[in-house]
Amino acid sequence: MRRDDPHVHLELGSRLENIDLAQMVVEECLRRLELDEDTSHWVGIAVREAVANAIKHGNQEDPDKEVEVDFGVDGDELVIQVTDHGSGFELTQVNDPLAPENLLRPNGRGIFFMKSFMDAIDYNFDPEAGTRVTLRKRLTAPASGSADEEEER
Amino acid sequence: MKIDSQDRQGVRILSPKGKITIGEGDIALREAVQTALEDGARNMVINLEGTSTIDSSGIGELVSAFTSVKNRGGALKLVHLPPKVHDILQITQLVTVFEVYDNEDEALASFN
Repeated sequence: MRRDDPHVHLELGSRLENIDLAQMVVEECLRRLELDEDTSHWVGIAVREAVANAIKHGNQEDPDKEVEVDFGVDGDELVIQVTDHGSGFELTQVNDPLAPENLLRPNGRGIFFMKSFMDAIDYNFDPEAGTRVTLRKRLTAPASGSADEEEER
Repeated sequence: MKIDSQDRQGVRILSPKGKITIGEGDIALREAVQTALEDGARNMVINLEGTSTIDSSGIGELVSAFTSVKNRGGALKLVHLPPKVHDILQITQLVTVFEVYDNEDEALASFN
């Protein structure tokens, strides 16, 4: 990955161990973009949740179905897309994990984590192309960045 | 992930070392809690000092453990929360559910 062309594309089999791999690759990309450690951690967790959902719910852990992860920068925004081969779901049917009746449910927090740790998430459901979640995070200027670099942001 | 287990003052103390995440640490934690319940442990403490990362599955496993112990008439308490685990418990509002202590001694004293 180059600093001026940070796009990375991953194609992962639907195995749970690949969740760690996706998180590690994304965190390494963020390190090269000189994001602070905390931000990198939370973005890494959000990606982890997106890939976990894609493997478990989208591809039903079918190892022959791939999950694609695309990492890139669009202007001053980090953009990460995770695509699976699932038929999608109804976003309005996703329970609010903060509702008192859901607080002690053991699952259903993945999308909530993504929303909490990113600036925006969008889902796109396509019967043929599958389900794609797009995670966005504004980039902050690196601490060691030059004035010129900061102006570019 | 490795989980150290010890009994102090009749309380089972579980100390996970590493990540409590999907497909790995979450299962190990579930098994450790199940073993403790089968051993007759009523009250439990989970010491999270050695927990480097937790995801939604790991949080779900903590919630499951809390419910399982409570359903058997006991209590499960947490100690030594690393900052990022504490942040997640706050975001999920589970700080209102779990009793959290700074160290094991304080947690053990709270059972009396």
